[in-house]
Amino acid sequence: MTAETLKADVPAEVVPAAVEVHDVHKWYGAHRVLDGVSLTVRPGEVTVILGPSGSGKSTLLRVINHLEKPEIGHVSVNGEPIGVRRHGGRLREVSERTILSQRSRIGFVFQNFNLFPHLTVLDNVAAAPVATGRLTKPQAQDLARELLGRVGLADKAGAYPRQLSGGQQQRVAIARALALRPGVILFDEPTSALDPELVGEVLAVIKDLATSGTTLVIVTHEVGFAREVADKVVFLDGGRIVEQGPPHEVLDKPRHERTRDFLSKVL
Amino acid sequence: MSEPPGAVTLAEVPAADTPSEKLTAQRVQPLRRPGRWIATAVVLVLVAQFVHGLVSNPFYQWDRFGYWFLRPVILDGLLITLEVTAYSAVLGLLGGILLALARLSKSPVLRAVSWTYVWALRSIPLIVVLLFLYNFSALYQTLSVGVPFGPAFFTFDESRLATDMVIAVVGLSLNEAAYAAEVVRGGILSVDQGQHEAAAALGLPKGYQFRRIVFPQALRSIVPNYVNQLIGLVKSTSLVFYVSLLDLFGTAQTMGATYPGDIVSLLLVVTVWYLILTSLVSVVQFYVERYYARGATRSLPPTPLQQLRTGLADLRARIRREAAV
Repeated sequence: MTAETLKADVPAEVVPAAVEVHDVHKWYGAHRVLDGVSLTVRPGEVTVILGPSGSGKSTLLRVINHLEKPEIGHVSVNGEPIGVRRHGGRLREVSERTILSQRSRIGFVFQNFNLFPHLTVLDNVAAAPVATGRLTKPQAQDLARELLGRVGLADKAGAYPRQLSGGQQQRVAIARALALRPGVILFDEPTSALDPELVGEVLAVIKDLATSGTTLVIVTHEVGFAREVADKVVFLDGGRIVEQGPPHEVLDKPRHERTRDFLSKVL
Repeated sequence: MSEPPGAVTLAEVPAADTPSEKLTAQRVQPLRRPGRWIATAVVLVLVAQFVHGLVSNPFYQWDRFGYWFLRPVILDGLLITLEVTAYSAVLGLLGGILLALARLSKSPVLRAVSWTYVWALRSIPLIVVLLFLYNFSALYQTLSVGVPFGPAFFTFDESRLATDMVIAVVGLSLNEAAYAAEVVRGGILSVDQGQHEAAAALGLPKGYQFRRIVFPQALRSIVPNYVNQLIGLVKSTSLVFYVSLLDLFGTAQTMGATYPGDIVSLLLVVTVWYLILTSLVSVVQFYVERYYARGATRSLPPTPLQQLRTGLADLRARIRREAAV
């Protein structure tokens, strides 16, 4: 079964998809990382991307917010093409300014948190809404306090990131992504850099977002977590989608040999 | 593991973690280090000799030193040194930032121009740059801004524009910018790639990314390197004497020509003033570095006063401990 026929299984929706990946190809030099990936994420859906390392999971996620430019194909978020515009039947790159403004509507949470170490936790969360001109500084700080409360870190507003544990830093990073009120949030292995006992607190915050109806795309190795929160599991290998579907199908009754092989190793 | 196969296995090793009762209660005697004591004694003797020579040798004429140290003519020279240093430090840093950004840009032309500038200015001795500028007005009577080979929009009469002060500041800034460019570039490169990515992923505007995210973090490595550069600059200002600007060193030189007997005391005056300037820069450096260390370390490095306090507290605790045993 190929990715193409699988795509046909997805019913066409009248509402624009939250994320639509159209036949994306991406090379790093001569190495092909993504080989014709197409994917649809509907609003409010939680999609978990699984796959062995080097399968192109992170690249796919980074293509969605245009941190990586695909050589062929493009991505739409809420119906708007990201980083490109249609011009006489062809795709043209848009200005840097436009890309930045599009990115500010897509949340991204990194494996290594990438908090700004020279800013306090409060400023980390409040910076983007102010810098992008959406909120005044006091408004942004109020929002930041509210979001820090939501991830259980209201008392850490004045601390610097390096004074926090990894789990706390990742929760701040999630609050920082939420501060722009994004339509979709992308998580790139959010718990891979954490000590095992800190994984739970971060997953709890993500689960809270999932149940509140936020559209999430999560690259992770936590298969148990995928089973619990995912509406759809996508298995990627060698830059292609091998299979996708609800977790009870892909995780419990995988149809493809490579999926079975991968799951037998990580479970 | 260097044991050959078949070496003693763990089970056969006698239990090592049950120390004999006698050893546990005893204090550990520190190792004696006679070599260190001898070296210390030798150095102390040498230092004492040096200080004795400095004080007792009539050649230094300390009374003349006292006479010159705060003379208005010397202080005027000092003021010129400070002015030239301040202007050149600021202009050099600004130029350095622009050159570094050009060097890191995606445009090959900007990169090449920046590289060539740094290459040329680091190759030419500062004194040559200064003398070139000094004779510049002979080469070009007027400077004009306009289209190359086309009409000029503004024209300056150079002899009026180029005072000795301007020549000195321009020369030092041109030179300083080349070194500052490398310092700034190194600083920017030292910022983790993840920071650029996080700033881009949040959609922060380009200018904001540089001013508020990348540059403040780059400053942590820029400050110590640029201060090093700045201390060099303070001393390089002594070269402006050759473009007939009377700075601290130039004044001392001129006074020395008039009062040949006082040359050594005048050089001592200059030395002590440069020592004071460098020390002031170092003190400022400490606090600026401490400011930019916010967030980079879990707690800020202690100020000298705090160090002194904890040092004394440690000493007291140690004395009490010794007394108790």
